[in-house]
Amino acid sequence: MNPSVEALRATFGSAIGRALESCGDTIVYVRHDALLAVLAWLRDTPDQRYDYLVDVTAVEYRDRERPLEVVYNLRSLDRRVDLRLKVELDPAGDLTVDSVVPLWRGADWLERETFDMFGITFRGHPDLRRILMWDTYVEGYPLRKDFPLRGRFSRAEQVRQALAANPEAHYSMEELSIAEAYEELPPDMRERLRRGERGKVADSE
Amino acid sequence: MKRVIEAKEVAGQSPNYLLAKVQDLVDWAVNASRANSLWPMPFGTACCAIEFMATAASRYDFARFGMERQAFSPRQADVLICAGRLPFKLAPVIRRIYDQMPQPKWVISMGACASTGGIFDNYAMVQGIDTIVPVDVYVPGCPPRPEGLLYGVLLLHKKIKGESLFDGVPRREEQPLDERGLRLPPETIDEISEPFGNSVHQFRSA
Repeated sequence: MNPSVEALRATFGSAIGRALESCGDTIVYVRHDALLAVLAWLRDTPDQRYDYLVDVTAVEYRDRERPLEVVYNLRSLDRRVDLRLKVELDPAGDLTVDSVVPLWRGADWLERETFDMFGITFRGHPDLRRILMWDTYVEGYPLRKDFPLRGRFSRAEQVRQALAANPEAHYSMEELSIAEAYEELPPDMRERLRRGERGKVADSE
Repeated sequence: MKRVIEAKEVAGQSPNYLLAKVQDLVDWAVNASRANSLWPMPFGTACCAIEFMATAASRYDFARFGMERQAFSPRQADVLICAGRLPFKLAPVIRRIYDQMPQPKWVISMGACASTGGIFDNYAMVQGIDTIVPVDVYVPGCPPRPEGLLYGVLLLHKKIKGESLFDGVPRREEQPLDERGLRLPPETIDEISEPFGNSVHQFRSA
């Protein structure tokens, strides 16, 4: 068992749930409202120094009673230690956790992917949009257990929607470096870039 | 050959033998030129693209069949080779590339995924690129060996050599784009996305 678990318990008390070891990795369950503080503490405390966020992802189990888990894989590059944190969320409830982009800039696309596939909202994320599916995709979140494998629409409808999507409006203005050319863009592309964020797109479609 | 003979009735008289011969000669010259200098536009998205590269490289070398220059720009390409699976996100991209290619143009669908969706019968994958662009030759395999792709190219040669300039099929028709030039017009999209093709599960989401 990773000694960081005891240090976490001593510091955060009841915010730390059960801990277990699986295949040599230590898994710690953290209450979702303490997540940001715990991660910041793990990153900044001199004894811990988990300075590298390996991955952010999520798991939904087939067993409907089990909560949906958001998984954070941490690594301390100079101590050469791994630690896995999990946050449990009620799949029927509000799927919201704090974004860790303020701690690790690299969490940006990881959280966008988790949002895209699971529909988990990361509070405080600077640019939470779909990243794998196109931003007008309205069928839902593909990796959720209630999502049918072939999607919700017929193939013909899927082809229609895919062809109607504009592949170039998918990128943010920063990605395209077209901030200067903004006024010359077609109106619908301008509108989409202006709205920028996810959610609003689905509402207006 | 039948198309040439049928079209050669001149003013109610017997078929014009000389004209037919001239048209045959023109067809032969044009088709031989086209077939023997196909410039491929590779659209490689997956492991088929690796086999495509092997086909293009020195051991199999499809330059032997006139595909000397790979056109990485659709404007200079004759045949679009879709090598690999096509997600829905790339569907408008390949359609646009196809529309940008000048006539005459052909499409080879390389591999199981491009032809039918293959094992990827899921929410993200186009079930056969023939639902997006018209396809001339399907090359089976997962992925096809270079010999398979070369055989497909030779089949395409055969098809090209059977075409005629005089059969009334419009070959210079450009795909109209709307004024923004970005997307297909809605009626064209509806037309394309009609259930069509050799793919399964076209009508319902199972």
